[in-house]
Amino acid sequence: MNAPLRRVAISVLVLFTLLIVNVNYIQVVRSEELRADPGNRRVIVEEYDRERGSIVVDGTEIATSVATDDDLTYLRQYPQGPLYAGVTGYYSYLYGARGIERAENEVLTGDDARLFTQRLSDIFTGRNPSGGDVVLTVDPAVQEAALAGLEGVTGAVVALDPSSGAVLGMVSTPTFDPNLLSSHDGAAIRDYAEQLEAADPDPRLNRAINDNYPPGSVFKVVVSAAALSSGEYTPDTVIPAPDVLTLPGTSTTLENFGGSRCSSSGEQPLIDALTISCNTAFALLGIELGEDRIREMAEAFGMDGEGLEIPLETAGSGVGEIENDAQLGVSSIGQQDVVMTPLQAAMVAAAIANDGTLMTPYLVDQLRAPDSTVIEQTDPDELSEPVSPEVAAGLTEMMVSVVANGSGRAARIPGTEVAGKTGTAENAGPDHNWFIGFAPADDPQIAVAVFVANGGGTGGDVSAPIARQVMQAYLEGQGG
Amino acid sequence: MAGPSTDPRSAGAGGSPDPVPTRRGTELVMLAFAVVITLAAQSVVDITLTGSLRPELATFGGWFTALWAVMHLVVRKFAPYADPLLLPAVALLSGLGLTMIHRLDLAGDQVGATATREDAPVQLVWATLGVALFVAVLLVVRDHRLLSRFAYTLALIGLLLLALPAVLPASISSVNGAKIWIRLAGFSIQPGEFAKICLIIFFAAYLVDKRDVLALASRRVMGLEVPRARDLGPVLVAWMLSILVLVFERDLGSSLLLFGIFVVMLYIATERSSWLVIGVGLFGAGAFLAYQLFGHVQVRVDTWLDPFAYRDTGGFQLVQSLFGLGTGGLFGAGLGGGRPDEVPVAKSDFIAAAIGEELGLFGLVAVIVVYLVLVERGLRSSLIVRDAFGKLLAAGLAFAIAWQVFVVLGGVTGLLPLTGLTTPFVAYGGSSLVANFALLAILVRISDAARRPATPAVPPGTPPRATFVDAPTEVVNP
Repeated sequence: MNAPLRRVAISVLVLFTLLIVNVNYIQVVRSEELRADPGNRRVIVEEYDRERGSIVVDGTEIATSVATDDDLTYLRQYPQGPLYAGVTGYYSYLYGARGIERAENEVLTGDDARLFTQRLSDIFTGRNPSGGDVVLTVDPAVQEAALAGLEGVTGAVVALDPSSGAVLGMVSTPTFDPNLLSSHDGAAIRDYAEQLEAADPDPRLNRAINDNYPPGSVFKVVVSAAALSSGEYTPDTVIPAPDVLTLPGTSTTLENFGGSRCSSSGEQPLIDALTISCNTAFALLGIELGEDRIREMAEAFGMDGEGLEIPLETAGSGVGEIENDAQLGVSSIGQQDVVMTPLQAAMVAAAIANDGTLMTPYLVDQLRAPDSTVIEQTDPDELSEPVSPEVAAGLTEMMVSVVANGSGRAARIPGTEVAGKTGTAENAGPDHNWFIGFAPADDPQIAVAVFVANGGGTGGDVSAPIARQVMQAYLEGQGG
Repeated sequence: MAGPSTDPRSAGAGGSPDPVPTRRGTELVMLAFAVVITLAAQSVVDITLTGSLRPELATFGGWFTALWAVMHLVVRKFAPYADPLLLPAVALLSGLGLTMIHRLDLAGDQVGATATREDAPVQLVWATLGVALFVAVLLVVRDHRLLSRFAYTLALIGLLLLALPAVLPASISSVNGAKIWIRLAGFSIQPGEFAKICLIIFFAAYLVDKRDVLALASRRVMGLEVPRARDLGPVLVAWMLSILVLVFERDLGSSLLLFGIFVVMLYIATERSSWLVIGVGLFGAGAFLAYQLFGHVQVRVDTWLDPFAYRDTGGFQLVQSLFGLGTGGLFGAGLGGGRPDEVPVAKSDFIAAAIGEELGLFGLVAVIVVYLVLVERGLRSSLIVRDAFGKLLAAGLAFAIAWQVFVVLGGVTGLLPLTGLTTPFVAYGGSSLVANFALLAILVRISDAARRPATPAVPPGTPPRATFVDAPTEVVNP
């Protein structure tokens, strides 16, 4: 019996070798893949074991970690959940992280290389390792005014500090409660996610930065900038403004808003055309300037089709394809394929407010180590110089006229001069309503863009009042 | 090897010079090593998970050490020539098992949500019962050939134990679909674990008795000596038995285990590889039938082929196990450093995943190698033991461990479909642990007989042919 016994002994060796080879395959070759699988809760659970850093606005924690007694050691909480949802995003054990939670994850978890010495000292002092804090540029008063203004409508508000590019406010409605996605109750998280999934419009979409829309007459500011920069126009240059314009090479006619008349003489100064937002005048002006000048100006304002990282990733804005003068005319009034994110619209206002210099928008003011030492302070950074200070002054004069005498009267603030421009953009549904502006006109502190999706009214009726509330809230806060 | 022939029965434990070393000293050193490793591992678990050493650790340490001291002393006294590596290998495996179960107990506390009971102390009690049974077997069975006299009685007991859960009402016998339990008064016993040993003893006795007949060939087909058709009876009975276990108890593991052991023992007994071919053929037919007829077998196979496609349903356990193993990587998360509690039934069926996660590839391979040592030492005893019954019994028992380890670890690591067998000596579960200690006792008994210098008097009832024909050449009858 010894011969088969030896063979059995060898077979056992072979079987066990198979086991060992297979274990090698799983624990070495497939290790990374299995470790990183989204279904593998270990990595997430491990992250939850550390006290995640806070997200701070004006000294107040808007996202914070609270110790719990369940298996995920720390619970992420957003004391003012829906107000900052578009900025903070969420930190969900089932759906991962979004917003600042995702963009600054390394600092918040403490994995960032700049926190290395901190981690090291944590090991030696026996302190519980924790993540760093992210201090935002957002102003609570602006944020609250923006959310209040957008109550009941679908839209977005972006407010910038024109001189630095700091984002003072960013709201998208309808909003959601990140607390409900970041809880530790899997079934409840799933229920809420399904509820959001089913909701129309989708609350998870950040309309301020992640989607773009036809800007309508707001784009006339860019066309005006191209006109003034050409040196051939001043705000007082008289340009043709017919009642009806037949687009070149077509039989399509372009009218003014509601079929109204811009000027009884059929022509008017540029400043007046902007003040009453004359479509025919700007279509002709755009055709006169040519596609190149308009496209170059739009790109200088940031409409180059590329998104930014503020550090949230944003959608791009652009002029789109223009094949002929007819399309150029329609594009010049912000229709056709012209699209902007609300952030981009705010950047146009901010650049004009800042003497023609566009500052890179940013949301994060400081990154702090757990011991509150600053590991990174954002220095304002120039993105481009779309117009000269002189052209900026001309544009400001024209935009002041819009609010003082024209379509943007609802944005007026008593005692403060406001510059602005309304937009009412046609689309598949009811019109989108826009307003961009800044205040005070002579010493701009805040630039703002308000977008109301399918508001159905005009930019002046629907969006200008919201912009006023937001600017007023900020200026009062600064004054007091 | 030449020297005065002393009576080994009186010389073994006495310490007087002996021509054949008993190797008990080696065993003691290795046992001490296994105990020290276990206690160190327990300390690491306590410190990592609770920040301090629990006072209970002293109790555990004393108890565990005492168990192996008793084992060693009993072997020293009653089986002095036993293989010196069998006990240390089992000590290391059971120590590691107790440590992992304890570690998972603490994870239950940590989680808070799923408060599990303290299973490690229970397992230690089972281990104590196992040691008691080991001692009893070693004391009662002074010569393993004694067992062959009760072969048919044991066969009957084995079959009864195997069939018992099938005929009992499901409320008593069914857990998670498998009808293999007897649950009474808070205790649950898997009689199949004991049935396995009874049947292996029967197989050994029966096959030694009939092997000459079974080895007869009727003709050669493709180089294989094909047995006579009427000799197919026994293998068909074993096959039917396995199918019945599968049908009435839904126990894929035991079914596969019993049939595999029988076929391999048949092969060893007859030296005819045609039996292996027939066995594989019958297995293939059975597997095909089972796959066609039983939903639970289909699910097992489908989830084995692509576990990630069923990650939220039937493949959940396996996928979680693979996550644990993958996250463990080469070196593991360290004892107490991983989340082996993420894997369902980590203490019993998936304890290998917990070991792989926390001790890494190196730890898991070390465990496999310890099993390999255990099995190969068993097979080695089988090689050198003089009687055919002992040979076949030792081979059957050693192969049973090997086959079970292969099927379980293969299942947990995705190499084979999951079967629901337990990892011998390591996994949580009283019946398995106690039964395997009995198995170990028989192996120790046979290995003692294998290495013991041959005595002039041949015990009655031993076929002379089996005693000497296969004996290694170095064992010379003085």
